[in-house]
Amino acid sequence: MVSDIKLKKFQNSLPSGGAQRKKLHPHKFTLWVAIGSILMMFAGLTSAFIVKSNQTNWKTVAMPKVFWISTAVLLLSSLMIQMALRSFKNREMNQYRLLIGLTLALGIAFVFLQWIGFQQLWDQKVTFTGSGAGQFLYVIFGLHALHVTGGIIALLVMFVKAFIGKTKLYSSVPVQVAATYWHFVDLLWLYLLIFFMIIGK
Amino acid sequence: MSEEMNTPQEVVTTHEVHHDEHHVHHHKETFITKYIFSQDHKTIGKQFLITGIIWAIIGGLFSVLFRLQLGYPDQHFPILETFFGHWAKGGQIQPEFYYALITMHGTVLVFFVLTAGLSGTFANLLIPLQIGARDMAAPLLNMLSYWFFFMASVVMVSSLFISTGPAAGGWTVYPPLSALGQASEGSKLGMDLWIVSMALFVVSSLLGGLNYISTILNMRTKGMSMTRLPLTIWALFFTAILGVLSFPVLLSGLILLLFDRNLGTSFYLSDIVVNGQVLPNEGGSAILFQHLFWFLGHPEVYIIILPAMGIASEILSVNSRKPIFGYMAMVGSLFAITVLAFLVWAHHMFVTGLNPFLGSIFVLLTLLIAVPSAIKVFNWLTTLWRGNIRFFPSTLFAIGFVSLFISGGLTGIFLGNSTIDIHLHDTMFIVAHFHIVMGVAGMFGMFAGIYHWFPKMFGRYLNSTLGYIHFWVTMIGAYLIFWPMHYEGLAGMPRRYLDKSSWVSFSQFADLDRMITIVSILVFAVQLMFVFNFFYSIFKGRKVTSQNPWGSNTLEWTTPIRPGHGNWEGEIPEVHRWAYDYGKDGREFIPQVEPIGANESTH
Ligand code: HEM
Ligand SMILES: [Cu+2]
Repeated sequence: MVSDIKLKKFQNSLPSGGAQRKKLHPHKFTLWVAIGSILMMFAGLTSAFIVKSNQTNWKTVAMPKVFWISTAVLLLSSLMIQMALRSFKNREMNQYRLLIGLTLALGIAFVFLQWIGFQQLWDQKVTFTGSGAGQFLYVIFGLHALHVTGGIIALLVMFVKAFIGKTKLYSSVPVQVAATYWHFVDLLWLYLLIFFMIIGK
Repeated sequence: MSEEMNTPQEVVTTHEVHHDEHHVHHHKETFITKYIFSQDHKTIGKQFLITGIIWAIIGGLFSVLFRLQLGYPDQHFPILETFFGHWAKGGQIQPEFYYALITMHGTVLVFFVLTAGLSGTFANLLIPLQIGARDMAAPLLNMLSYWFFFMASVVMVSSLFISTGPAAGGWTVYPPLSALGQASEGSKLGMDLWIVSMALFVVSSLLGGLNYISTILNMRTKGMSMTRLPLTIWALFFTAILGVLSFPVLLSGLILLLFDRNLGTSFYLSDIVVNGQVLPNEGGSAILFQHLFWFLGHPEVYIIILPAMGIASEILSVNSRKPIFGYMAMVGSLFAITVLAFLVWAHHMFVTGLNPFLGSIFVLLTLLIAVPSAIKVFNWLTTLWRGNIRFFPSTLFAIGFVSLFISGGLTGIFLGNSTIDIHLHDTMFIVAHFHIVMGVAGMFGMFAGIYHWFPKMFGRYLNSTLGYIHFWVTMIGAYLIFWPMHYEGLAGMPRRYLDKSSWVSFSQFADLDRMITIVSILVFAVQLMFVFNFFYSIFKGRKVTSQNPWGSNTLEWTTPIRPGHGNWEGEIPEVHRWAYDYGKDGREFIPQVEPIGANESTH
């Protein structure tokens, strides 16, 4: 009985309350649910797109080339954050700082490139008037960029912390959460791009 | 400690002696961190509840105002002009005002009271307490969830005070009306504020929902397997899933609406003439908005009712001193309802020119919901059957909930058949259906929960005499108000109309409408009495002296009478059984923390 109580004490002091042999950290789990939620939002928008694209007066849109560059930039940044995560786990902090900084820079570059893409579209007379692929593009790509911006803010916080953080607490969970989110916005972008290439035609 | 766990009765005395002296977390708490920016789930729950109550008073008052117009279309009430100026010129509710009132009534009650006020309160209060956790998975997000709700409230309240008034297109804000500022006063700034407020509300409900799901899955105490969870937790779990998956779709619909309103896009607009002026918009589809709206809108009605179902299940079992009948069937039907809730949204759109073949699929899926609903009703009734029922106010409200859910659910079967719905759509029959099955039933679930868990929240009891008055007047009143609306609707009387006097055939309902209005005022007054009881009892109610006043099995009653942040003083208790061992082996109740005895029978 005594040993039983000790065990109980130990298990209760675990953050997850003990009994459940959970592989997934609660924060990571929460992130996955949030990702599901964000996906529903884009599913709503893209299904609206599909419904509307079957109607008369639908206008397609020619995608500016700059979106290809932004795609490459975002893919590269995904690679960077994956490497940053690995160096964090290996406790190579200098390398981690560098890589997280690069991810951050590439992320900002991505949003900037999207902005340029929007401007080129606007110059091609694809404005808010009317209802076609162009108007959806502004909304959908815009919201995606907003989600990237959210990630950028998180990265910024981590970047600053990597320099001033005094605590030697090497929990990689926050970095893992950030990396997962970053890969998510990356994949989301690929989905949206391919969606516009195929359905938007 | 081990001794206390084996004999929970003992715990009562042990804790009672010192519960005021030692609290779990001893860090200094200021007034601000304790009551305002608190991260304690119990405080956040109370914040949701009190904000919800304030909203319920406002939203209820709106309905009294428009009922005055419906009951007394020709009468002048000078006092209205005193308060509302040109909105009630000559003491009569003006059309714009009327529409703003019903819109705000619907929005406030559906979202701010029965979603935030109900889920927000009980998910926050009960999840950590009933699963055996010290707090939510992410207390900070949880606190933000409340404050986003608060900001949404501030924006919505502010829209009441602008010169063009709040949004006025019905709670479903269908475009084109809601998209065109020139179309009506209520489509101007008030509509933008409505959208902004709802966007904040969506963020609030997502932050909350994420937390609820991850807390339930990750933070259960030792021994608390999923199948030992009280049904309240199961219900709140599915509610959170519904919210997390459907609210973002509403948000995307609202974003497109915001673009149409302010940036000249035409997602929802096409070929429109307003006040003789031809608008340039082309190619949009107003039906698209309905799809996006109802993809949330239908799950939303279950977001409201599932927590009420969970609360009713728990309270009916505790107070009939019998195990819940068909626990796994209850969980299974909650699951089935959750899945089906995503597949039936187009039953709100039978008359939009929906393809009849598609319509028939939605008829089938809609009618399928009746199956899990009926299972639940059957199980509630069998739980009550031959029980030693203790008729507390909480029990009465839970029984009332079942009654209302049956009455309102049956009319849902009428509406689910598209052929009948073509006649009944947008009539008072709809108003009767959803007020009984969702509005009043949801409120009853909430009242039951408040009466039952008030001792846990505030360490005092609500006054039960006032509670009984509250129940009987509300119960009889609700049926008197909403039942006759079925007849009005069957006769074809449209909903949302300010004045029906131009139809001779509806003049037969004039007396009925007057009766409904009088009863509404009475019922509203009784709700104010409940609010008085609530606030009075927080400070002056009879003190709770025993740790487990209802003789309940669940974990929240193993905490001190007034638990601190962290809930349990010592370790979190371990769970050995499900939550419904009532009347077993000759014992009235066996708490979840009690180990299975050697000779115990299995359930
Ligand atoms: C047997 C189950 C049910 C069926 C078959 C059913 C069916 C329907 C149908 C077909 C409509 C659309 C009527 C129309 O606008 O023409 C409707 C409206 C509605 N139902 Fe139900 N219902 C059921 C249960 C519920 C429940 C449990 C709730 C809430 C908890 C609910 C809440 C509502 C609401 C709020 C509306 C009206 C929304 C509006 O137009 O403002 N229903 N129901
Ligand atoms: Cu529905």
